[in-house]
Amino acid sequence: MAVTRETAATVKEIEQYKYGFVTDIESDKAPKGLSEDIIRFISAKKNEPDWMLEGRLKAYRHWLTQADEEPAWAKLHYPKIDYQDAYYYAAPKQAKLASLDEVDPKLLETYKKLGIPLLEQQMLAGVAVDAVFDSVSVATTYKKKLEEMGVIFMPISEAVHKHPELVKKYLGSVVPYTDNFFATLNAAVFTDGSFVYIPKGLRCPMELSTYFRINEKNTGQFERTLIIADEGSYVSYLEGCTAPQRDENQLHAAVVELVALDDAEIKYSTVQNWYPGDAQGKGGIYNFVTKRAACRGRNSKVMWTQVETGSAITWKYPSCILQGDNSTGEFYSVAITNNRQQADTGTKMIHLGRNTKSKIISKGISAGHADNTYRGLVRIGAKADNARNYTQCDSLLIGSTCGAHTVPYIETKNPTAHTEHEATTSKISEDQLFYCMQRGMTQEEAVSLIVNGFCKEVLQTLPMEFAVEAQKLVGISLEGSVG
Amino acid sequence: MALLEIKNLHVSVGNREILKGISLTLDGGEVHAIMGPNGTGKSTLSNVIAGRDGYDVTQGEVLLDGRDVFAMEADERARAGIFLAFQYPVEIPGVSTSSFLKTALNAKRRAEGKPEIDAMEFLKLVKSRTKALGMADDMIKRALNVGFSGGEKKRAEVLQMSLLEPRVAILDETDSGLDIDALKVVSDGVNALRRADRAFLVITHYQRLLDYIVPDHVHVLVNGRIAASGGKELALELEAEGYAKYQGAAA
Ligand SMILES: Nc1ncnc2c1ncn2[C@@H]1O[C@H](COP(=O)(O)OP(=O)(O)OP(=O)(O)O)[C@@H](O)[C@H]1O
Ligand SMILES: [Mg+2]
Repeated sequence: MAVTRETAATVKEIEQYKYGFVTDIESDKAPKGLSEDIIRFISAKKNEPDWMLEGRLKAYRHWLTQADEEPAWAKLHYPKIDYQDAYYYAAPKQAKLASLDEVDPKLLETYKKLGIPLLEQQMLAGVAVDAVFDSVSVATTYKKKLEEMGVIFMPISEAVHKHPELVKKYLGSVVPYTDNFFATLNAAVFTDGSFVYIPKGLRCPMELSTYFRINEKNTGQFERTLIIADEGSYVSYLEGCTAPQRDENQLHAAVVELVALDDAEIKYSTVQNWYPGDAQGKGGIYNFVTKRAACRGRNSKVMWTQVETGSAITWKYPSCILQGDNSTGEFYSVAITNNRQQADTGTKMIHLGRNTKSKIISKGISAGHADNTYRGLVRIGAKADNARNYTQCDSLLIGSTCGAHTVPYIETKNPTAHTEHEATTSKISEDQLFYCMQRGMTQEEAVSLIVNGFCKEVLQTLPMEFAVEAQKLVGISLEGSVG
Repeated sequence: MALLEIKNLHVSVGNREILKGISLTLDGGEVHAIMGPNGTGKSTLSNVIAGRDGYDVTQGEVLLDGRDVFAMEADERARAGIFLAFQYPVEIPGVSTSSFLKTALNAKRRAEGKPEIDAMEFLKLVKSRTKALGMADDMIKRALNVGFSGGEKKRAEVLQMSLLEPRVAILDETDSGLDIDALKVVSDGVNALRRADRAFLVITHYQRLLDYIVPDHVHVLVNGRIAASGGKELALELEAEGYAKYQGAAA
């Protein structure tokens, strides 16, 4: 595990949030607030066809009827959000680009700081990045190679024009615009995101990756991601998120839809490192995200892995609808909350098809005054013969002022169902800390090592190159949590 | 200058005094053995030297190369060269023995101003040490101490010691739970580390260990005090006669 010296060095080097810098680029903003005009503005900016604008307006009108429906059931406390006090569109002022050379050097500099291998020569690592900077995808790399294989990987705003039939067919088919308050809002105002289509029978040979970043002050970020894995295909997708450090809270309400057809497999990994706010709980991202996968085909499989270390508030339940017979859904989660962070996260596994299987491994780590809730639903439908679920929720507490909660819901309508649930809560033991320190590790190294061990089952499902980064993040986000 | 000096050490837990004035001097190259009945304070002495929380040092001092050990945190003491092979090694789930070893080794190298050890070099080093200790190769892939047998845990402690090359090594009942062959292997491991600038404090209940690791001095710890000190023959005498006579004297 490489969480040792480098982590300690990094921790020292950056007393503050590592990615807390702001890029100074003139940006093209819509006026503050939300209205039909703003939505028309966004749609016009993107030169969208009528059916897209119609869809947005339908969602917006529905959202207006939902004013009182902002979810309140999660174990989260935050002041009421004023949706009229935010910008819904911000794009770096820049014309269309023919190649990477034309990308604003400041943007590239930003990406460099984030460690994104955007330039072609850095692409040897086999990572194709669709970078979302505020609301517009700035550059898509590796596009050519992927195109040759029939993979479509582009900003969703572009896919609307180039592949309208696919977008029409699948957008909103997993998360309809009526799904929930935040998803409805997203459907009305989403500005960009990634679109992926993997053709029949293709195992996509490289990791696809999007790096989201909120730069503009006071902008909500509403990405929309849609991934379709056609019959017999495979894709591994990684989403990484960082945001600059700001005193005020910023809203992030993304929607991610995955569709896996017969024998297809999607692996979706997230490393979420949004600014968590300061030690007193000032600032930080409000992260209200709807992620859902439809395992539509027979033998299809979706695997969600999330490492959630950032955000002031996390409200997120990546889920699987197991429609196809023999389909499988897996959810691996590490959620770390420190200081005043709050996370209410988990998954829903909805078993509809026969012989469907799901597995949930959740590791919650809470420190400081933070609150960490696992909330999960396993539902076995009446026709889901021989459905299987295994759930394991482990909580680790650091110190005595934080909270950990496990809220599992199990609903079974089929007598052949088999569900297993295991839960543990533990504390980092003094014995373990002393043992590590007796071997020369600093207290922070010891905490990082022990917590990484606790999370291992989840971290090892991440693609190699990101696992190392995630291990370091685990250590950094728990900085100062002991002693 | 003595390598490790313990001067009139008094230690309490709560209201109860456990160590009642211990003085010991370990010079470079020496092996000191401590024997004594259960519950007389042997592990307490080791823990206090290593810097575990929860003990009150009410009097006395411990000096490593003349430096005040109590002014250092546990990790600083470790990096300064104090090593404790635990009586009850702790399990660290999910952390492979090799990454634990690497992290520990690199912490030490950092303190010495050396760069992190190269991955290949590390593997070679560990392999040579595990081989010498008769440990299976895949042992280091397993989570540290998780599911290890008693003997495997003790070997893993000695493995750590041999990698970290301490100045003062305290072995707290490292022989308990070892079978006869393992006892020999582990003792050889310790003997291989004996050097003019290194000292050992070996805590044991069994004279047999001292046939393999031959001590320069043997101390009898009874009721928080050193009741007698002598050469290696003292261990034989204890084996034959028990602690009765010292317990009487101490009380
Ligand atoms: N943290 C503690 N809290 C309360 N009592 C303690 C604590 N640590 C040690 N003691 C007590 O101090 C005494 C000495 O314990 P210690 O573990 O040092 O004995 P020992 O000589 O190592 O015994 P053994 O041979 O059984 O390992 C015992 O009575 C023990 O119960
Ligand atoms: Mg003991």
